[in-house]
Amino acid sequence: MELFGIWVTAFLTLCIYSFLYRDNPFYRFAEHLFIGVSVGYGIVLSIHQGFIPFAWDPFWAAVKPFWPGIPREAGWMGLLKLIPIAMGLLFFGGLSPRHTWLIRYPSAILVGFGSGISIPLMLQTFIFEQTRGTIEPFAAINAGTLSPWGIVEAVLMVVGVVCTLTYFFFSVEHRGPINWLSKVGIGFLMIGFGSAFGNTVMGRVALLIQRVDFLLNDWLGTIF
Amino acid sequence: MSKTIQCVVVCLVLCVSLAFSQGLSPPSNVTAMDTPNDDGSSVTIKWDAAPEDSGISGYQILRRIAGGGLEEIGEMLPAGATSYVDATIEKGNAYAYIVRAVSDAEATVDSNETAPAKGTGEWFHTGKIPLFIAMLLFGAVIVWNIYYARSGKEVFVRRIPGLEAVDEAIGRATEMGRSILYSLGLGRVDEVPTIASMTILGQVARRTADYETPLRVPCRDPIVMNVVREVVRTAYLDEGRPDVYNEENVFFVTESQFAYAAGVDGIMIREKPAAIFLQGQFFAESLILAETGNSIGAIQIAGTDSEHQLPFFIAACDYTLIGEELYAASAYLSREPMLLGSLRGQDWGKVLIFITMILGVVLELSGVNWITTLLQRVN
Repeated sequence: MELFGIWVTAFLTLCIYSFLYRDNPFYRFAEHLFIGVSVGYGIVLSIHQGFIPFAWDPFWAAVKPFWPGIPREAGWMGLLKLIPIAMGLLFFGGLSPRHTWLIRYPSAILVGFGSGISIPLMLQTFIFEQTRGTIEPFAAINAGTLSPWGIVEAVLMVVGVVCTLTYFFFSVEHRGPINWLSKVGIGFLMIGFGSAFGNTVMGRVALLIQRVDFLLNDWLGTIF
Repeated sequence: MSKTIQCVVVCLVLCVSLAFSQGLSPPSNVTAMDTPNDDGSSVTIKWDAAPEDSGISGYQILRRIAGGGLEEIGEMLPAGATSYVDATIEKGNAYAYIVRAVSDAEATVDSNETAPAKGTGEWFHTGKIPLFIAMLLFGAVIVWNIYYARSGKEVFVRRIPGLEAVDEAIGRATEMGRSILYSLGLGRVDEVPTIASMTILGQVARRTADYETPLRVPCRDPIVMNVVREVVRTAYLDEGRPDVYNEENVFFVTESQFAYAAGVDGIMIREKPAAIFLQGQFFAESLILAETGNSIGAIQIAGTDSEHQLPFFIAACDYTLIGEELYAASAYLSREPMLLGSLRGQDWGKVLIFITMILGVVLELSGVNWITTLLQRVN
């Protein structure tokens, strides 16, 4: 069985790699299989990790106290859980062209909720925390505890942040000093992107090596 | 005789215990109270720090639910610890705590039992008040600028090459009689890059409605797909061309990252769209998509705020919207006063950051650190 699994994996790996030459029936087969399997897996996952614990179980817990024959104790508060469940059901409005407008309500809640959560988080992490991180080394410079290279790094950081921030001014024309600052900012951005590019490419090469190792040793090893 | 032996044994045991616990004093001022600014799922226990020569090597927390026995909770705490947050409580129950000091020789001495404490949820996180004030300040600046833009005063927006190419890309697709492919990436509907991407898509859809150019939008998230359908449909309606709108052109592929990449690659290769927009949140699949788009000769306009994927887009696409340019795009394309005002307000916010930073550097160099202290409090 393990041998069969290795052969299937090797076959599908080669099918996907065949795309490097051109689109072909083998790639199409692997692509459709990949999408089909992932959609099926996604549906099962959504049912077990989403629908059952977050919709079905709370629904039954909410309606059970009102079921005939079951003693009615507390339970009115549980009915509140039916509101988000009902909101989620509105997404099914998309199935009927006449009721598509129903989708707007849960969508608006989701978008509003997302923005409300992310805006303070972004202010906290991308603005306040980074501003503090940029300023703080200068306290060490004042205390005389920073090495000469540390001082260079701190100054570079401030220059980089100021210039890069200037590049992202949209309501001001980039002329004169603003233009120079933003050009230096682009330079800083490109240096950052270059290093990120190199770093990620190294990671991707490691993945390629892993695949080639599988083909050469695990798969070809079963033949030779 | 046996009584004498018993007395000797008891005395010996007492002497040994005393010898081991010599100098080990119980933790003092032990209090248990509801943890402030939480949802009521924890209780905080505090006690005074022991002197350095106290011989204490650690603390063990013991807990008692009303009427129950004592139970040890959590790991052994280090000697320097003066507080512990018990996050394993059940809401509604009251718990009493004992802090047990442990010496190197494993002798122990217990503190007095605290008064019972319950976990209670708070409606407001008072620690976030500075952040709330900062939010209000930024919000006020943006609202003021929106009113400024709505009053009819002109708001200047600098040239963004990637967005100027939008019309060129759509025109090219129309002339060639081919479709336009728009990918919103892998983000969920509640994520900022996806929201920004949807507003750009709305503007692109308005133009494609005018030119009757097919606009294909493969989606990774079914909820995003539903919202996108609404966005595109509204754009076509606004342009007075609901007849051109085809719901099937906005479709779900799969939620799996690389299966989505394989599917979109397949669409690119088979349909050969003349223009490709990759706007939103992208991860490792960014280069796979951008490279395939490049190989079919499509004009590509990408945009993301993910700094790890931007280098790939810059390398493989014709135009790239870097970070905040993605957020500015909707204002740039639509020229709506509300969006333009918001953009101007954000620039004001940047000026504020600018001033804070320069002032902060000068003050820190002079030994005054109230700006960093304030920023720390905001966080």
